[in-house]
Amino acid sequence: MHELAITENILEIALTHANKANAKNISAIYLVIGQFSSVLDESVQFYWDMISKDTIAQGAKLEFKRIPAMMSCKECGEQFSPNAIEYECPKCGSNSISILQGDEFFLEAIDIDKDE
Amino acid sequence: MNDRIKIVQNIMGANDQIASENRSKLLASNTFSINMMASPGAGKTSLIEQTIPQLKEKYNVAVVDGDIATSIDADRAAAAGATAVQINTGGECHLDAVMLKQALGKIDLPAMDLLIVENVGNLICPSSFQLGTHKSVLIASIPEGDDKPYKYPGMYRGVDVLIINKIDLMPYIPFKMDYFKKGVEILNPGLETFTVSCQTGEGIPGWISWLEEHIDQSKEK
Repeated sequence: MHELAITENILEIALTHANKANAKNISAIYLVIGQFSSVLDESVQFYWDMISKDTIAQGAKLEFKRIPAMMSCKECGEQFSPNAIEYECPKCGSNSISILQGDEFFLEAIDIDKDE
Repeated sequence: MNDRIKIVQNIMGANDQIASENRSKLLASNTFSINMMASPGAGKTSLIEQTIPQLKEKYNVAVVDGDIATSIDADRAAAAGATAVQINTGGECHLDAVMLKQALGKIDLPAMDLLIVENVGNLICPSSFQLGTHKSVLIASIPEGDDKPYKYPGMYRGVDVLIINKIDLMPYIPFKMDYFKKGVEILNPGLETFTVSCQTGEGIPGWISWLEEHIDQSKEK
């Protein structure tokens, strides 16, 4: 349900940058979303189709780049993607873990069309 | 002509900007503030009811209550002795910085020592929306089960304090505390944790001391 607010933010950022570049329309939007960010692609797409209507972003393709969580063991240095029910190091069993990636939540780029 | 424009901009930037305005306002009035998040039924309102009577002799407390449609929680906070402001989110599943900004406008902040924001009961959406409060507090409860850190890592990643409520139900529920705490420790190492029961009052004094300490620190600034 929070996807509506998020989709509105995406539209606003995309339109601001497209207008600055004198774009005729936006053809694609590239989103980077880490595993720890709870966002449903389908839901964003659903709201996108509604709110981008009659803007220069109408019909833009939403490209979701999903970043899996990646952890690193502080004891043995093992790097691993955690499974859903255990986070400890799969190699040595340590709970001393640092999180390398998975918090990402940003708009990376847009593709625009210009007149000339 | 087709161009790619590189942007790399935080999707929540607009909300975060308003959140930092809220923070400035709270800092200017020396009001310590917390954003209380939890699943429905974990005990947010019960904890507020336990907390306010123990603070109200010494401190003025305001509660901002986010609820989809009712004022039940705000009424309970007011009955416990707080200045309560209700935000009906109109179906939204979380509070955002703009909603809090509007609520702050209805409170005499310089007169308040503590602001408690009771978020909408939900373990997913509120974690994406910074409000600008000093600390984020998550209330977990024993009946929810010991797998919640693994199912809602985004929420457990982003909080400053964890309260484990309904500890009095431990004998009746197969809750593996070690498994729960292991997930928490990996997601949020060293997270300040209070184990309490709003029913029996167990563990509440530790939580109250923590609050008093932070309220006093905010006053000194």
